[in-house]
Amino acid sequence: MNNMIVSYAPHIKDKITTNRIMLDVIIALIPAFIASVWIFGPRAAVVTGVCVITCVFCEWAFQKAMKRTVTVKDLSACITGILLAFNLPVGIPLWQAVFGSAVAIVFVKQLFGGIGKNFANPAITARIVMFIAFPITMTTWVQIPDSVTAATPLALMKRGELEALPEMLNMFIGTRGGCLGETSALALLTGGVYLLIRRVITWHTPVAFIATVFLLTAIAGAQPMYHLFAGGLFIGAIFMATDYPTTPQTSKGRIIFGIGCGVFTVLIRLFGSYPEGVSFAILLMNMVVPHINRLTMTKALGGAKS
Amino acid sequence: MLQVRRIPGLPVPHFKNTALNPPDMIPVPAEVTLPMKMHGGAPARPVVGPGDSVKAGQLIGEAGGRVSSPVHASVSGKIKSINDIDGLTGQKAVSITIAPDGEQTVHEDIAPVNVTNTQEFLKAVQDSGVVGLGGAGYPTAPKLTLKDGVKLDYILINGAECEPYITSDTRTMVDEAEYVWQGALLLKEYIRPEKIVICIEDNKPEAIKKMRGLSAGVSGMEVRALPSMYPQGERKVLVYNITGRIVPEGGRLTDVGCIVINCTTVAVIAKYIKTGMPLVSRCVTVDGSAVKNPKNVIAPIGTPIRELLDFCGGLKDDVKKIILGGPMMGTAVPNLDVPIVKVTNAVLAFSAKESVLSEPSNCIKCGRCIAKCPMGLMPSHIEEAFLLKKVEQLKAYKVNMCAECACCAYLCPAKRPLSQVMALSKNILWEAGQP
Ligand code: SF4
Ligand code: SF4
Repeated sequence: MNNMIVSYAPHIKDKITTNRIMLDVIIALIPAFIASVWIFGPRAAVVTGVCVITCVFCEWAFQKAMKRTVTVKDLSACITGILLAFNLPVGIPLWQAVFGSAVAIVFVKQLFGGIGKNFANPAITARIVMFIAFPITMTTWVQIPDSVTAATPLALMKRGELEALPEMLNMFIGTRGGCLGETSALALLTGGVYLLIRRVITWHTPVAFIATVFLLTAIAGAQPMYHLFAGGLFIGAIFMATDYPTTPQTSKGRIIFGIGCGVFTVLIRLFGSYPEGVSFAILLMNMVVPHINRLTMTKALGGAKS
Repeated sequence: MLQVRRIPGLPVPHFKNTALNPPDMIPVPAEVTLPMKMHGGAPARPVVGPGDSVKAGQLIGEAGGRVSSPVHASVSGKIKSINDIDGLTGQKAVSITIAPDGEQTVHEDIAPVNVTNTQEFLKAVQDSGVVGLGGAGYPTAPKLTLKDGVKLDYILINGAECEPYITSDTRTMVDEAEYVWQGALLLKEYIRPEKIVICIEDNKPEAIKKMRGLSAGVSGMEVRALPSMYPQGERKVLVYNITGRIVPEGGRLTDVGCIVINCTTVAVIAKYIKTGMPLVSRCVTVDGSAVKNPKNVIAPIGTPIRELLDFCGGLKDDVKKIILGGPMMGTAVPNLDVPIVKVTNAVLAFSAKESVLSEPSNCIKCGRCIAKCPMGLMPSHIEEAFLLKKVEQLKAYKVNMCAECACCAYLCPAKRPLSQVMALSKNILWEAGQP
């Protein structure tokens, strides 16, 4: 009777695990995945598959090579793969998708110490790197059936071709030009609601982000409804701006983060030379997260000023 | 009364399996070991020697200072030895081992105590050997001794019992309701708060009913049913949830006009004044997946936990962990020779399945620990500062205000050992504060 485990309290723990949280995120991405295949055809599935496999492989290989504990089972690399794919045009050459996935996992995530230690969102950073490395393929949109043009709504707005904009309903269900997983606001919202119900994310960042974009574009008189559903706002606000390690940990911080993302997105969309600004905005805000965390320290119950 | 806001807390599982089970008295054990330090403050000093005969209730250790508590023989018999090494921690700590004679002869001085004023009441509290029985173990008499000029608005009688499994306070409030009530009246008469609130979580309907029945129509007494959440019974949380008052950092509860006292402590005081029998036995919940017949027992203080477990049908073969106290804050012990002490409200035994906790992985910065810390601290940031040994940051994050409730560690998806980090961080600060 002397082989009892003597460990520190607590002696019971909640069922929640990192793994389960990641699984929930993947589940939440399924509607958008189905939508992408439905809108852009089977190649959407191929691109997603290539990204996921590359991400998982890179994580495994890097950790093996560095003799670290292999953590691919936590499913986070899988999510990075899906999110990166969702931010690519469906016609992207597959080797470029492989390149982007490797950048995301090796450079942005593992070199900083792996899950939880990276300060920038891997999928977003990789997307921006690809954007600069492959400017042509990253902005070549395929024309989907029933649509007048392959161009994205944001590009149309930028060029002032408002008459070519798709119907609002198409914007909402996602039958419009764009990256393969970003177009269906309906599918992304469904996933977002699931994440809220499962308490994987809190409402603060997505609501602050989306509301800011809506308000600012309304004030600027620039088609706020289109700005809402166009580009990568929904996937960004629901799935990327809520990525734990690269966003603030407090409710207050998350609201500030969301507003910041919204402001930068609108500034870039309206005044920048790129039509879309969600990725840049989130990456920019990723940089200031440590400061936001410092500014939004919670107040201890009865804590004196220090 | 204005209800400002409640600390949300955690919906930990209740497992109050033994709530309907009145305690059974265990047979006189083969040996009892009474540590001289079962309380906060100075250890008691032995006043008996090896070979002496003692009777139940006899003083064997006198209080070793103003903040200390006397220790009484929990059985009649012979002093077997006075040891000075604690078997559990290996540290220097005096304890007295008694070989019981099985008679349980009561000491002749045991007689009802006459109390007519506050002075006498406080002396009686001290002599009863009672300490904070909810687990804190702070001697009760010094707690109830108010500094001049302190205005006491509330005494909160803590029957929250928010830890999973434990039902010993529940049983006290049901089976010894009369003592709890008499104790409350004594506090009202001699400590004179504006108001006494008996605080009980709403998963103990029987206790609430009993207490409400007794207190009906008595002015200045209230029974409050609280939502069942953890850590409802944490003293600062309780003060806040009942009165809306916030205890300032480094301050005492009396700074905001409150005292929190455990319900079993209150019952022991009343019992002592009525019968003269000091704290020599207590109700202990014996439960957990590795216990064959979980139940509540009444055992002499100092009984090895082995005897309690044997009385409950013994342990299942796959037992892997034994805890004194609740699963959130209790202490795991290495063997079955450890005695129960005054504050031991539960002995829990778990089989391998519940005992092996998953390996920690990287913090994913999810913020759950921050959102749910009842003290409003930032456990993930504290851990970061701890790992980098940043003393200044630990101070800035106010780790000393941590109540060690373990909520953070309970809900961390990455299974970070946060509560341990809090305790170690406090140590670092303490050492840094030493010259
Ligand atoms: S709950 Fe755990 S994983 Fe989440 S922020 Fe706190 S320490 Fe990190
Ligand atoms: S930091 Fe301390 S008070 Fe806060 S949840 Fe953790 S153990 Fe409880």
